Amino acid sequence: MAEIITNHAAYDSKVEGNIFFTRVDAAVNWMRKNSLWPMPMGLACCAIELMGTAASRFDIARFGSEVMRFSPRQADVMIVAGTVTYKMALAVKRVWDQIPAPKWCIAMGACASTGGMYRSYAVLQGIDHLIPVDVYVSGCPPRPEALLEGLMKLQAKIEQSHSSATHFDAEKQA
Amino acid sequence: MLKSRPECGALIFFLSEMSTLYTLLRERFGTAILDTVDFRGEHTVIVERSKAADILRYCRDELSFDYLLDLSSVDYYLEEPRWEMVYELYALANGANHHLRVKFRLPEGEKAVSVSEIWPTAAWHEREVYDMMGIEFDGLSDHRRILMWEGYPYFPLRKDFPLAGKPTEMPDVAFTDKAPLDGGPFVTSPTSETTPHREPRSREKN
Repeated sequence: MAEIITNHAAYDSKVEGNIFFTRVDAAVNWMRKNSLWPMPMGLACCAIELMGTAASRFDIARFGSEVMRFSPRQADVMIVAGTVTYKMALAVKRVWDQIPAPKWCIAMGACASTGGMYRSYAVLQGIDHLIPVDVYVSGCPPRPEALLEGLMKLQAKIEQSHSSATHFDAEKQA
Repeated sequence: MLKSRPECGALIFFLSEMSTLYTLLRERFGTAILDTVDFRGEHTVIVERSKAADILRYCRDELSFDYLLDLSSVDYYLEEPRWEMVYELYALANGANHHLRVKFRLPEGEKAVSVSEIWPTAAWHEREVYDMMGIEFDGLSDHRRILMWEGYPYFPLRKDFPLAGKPTEMPDVAFTDKAPLDGGPFVTSPTSETTPHREPRSREKN
């Protein structure tokens, strides 16, 4: 005996096909956060942990970030992994500038976040002096789990963003 | 061009006693050998600055020290002469395995003699000494900085250079800034006896 369903109102796949309703932001954010292609800026021992994060045991592919891009043109998130010396600093900035927007930055480990133990004439005291950082990961170096949590934090941040709304607002004002 | 490896089989036999080596050096260079120091199996010869190049060349050509392990400099700030050059020589030939340290002092403003003609490997080490301490070398063909960038105005391993660094600016090349050293700099005292003493701590008196 057929039961009449009254409260599943909105969507009937037989009538409407494969359509579902969402907000532009929600859809865009969902796509962005699940395919964050990293630009691995490996500068010191943190880079070893970054490699560990990418390898099979920790498998950054579970978070959609397995496509390490060594071209900034194809990257979404720059993972600054290691000590940024003043000699390297402007090169890091240059690579960052070459990444097309939208882009994000993870400062991985103590050195990239604050200069770490290098209170020294040679070391930039945190990459945030040069480029905007979205997530700081503590540790010296951080374990792969910590980096993955940083990545998940970044995903949560992207989920909250209102990029399309901002975009349309800007268009309206123009 | 680098000379071919010296023939020195017989000599190595004699060098099994370090005193033989000192005798050879003294016979050859006399008063230019200022002092010899033996400490826990390490052998050091302190030599006259003006004869240093000759002595080092003799060490390689005649005494079979065919390998320059390292070359470094020491800053005796507020002492005269201020600099000390240190050469770590090693005799690999025929399994001799002798280690000899050669030192000489050098006043500020004077050029040290380059040994890059004797051991080509010295070229990079001498560039590093120049980069970090500002000691220049006579006869070094390539006098660029090696760690810091061309145009960086200071020599950061000098004792009178602050650990935190100094602000500099070279547009499109690099900049530096002063590092925050709250309560520091924290330095260790490597020769003090116990582990708690060796902990890095501020040497400034509160």
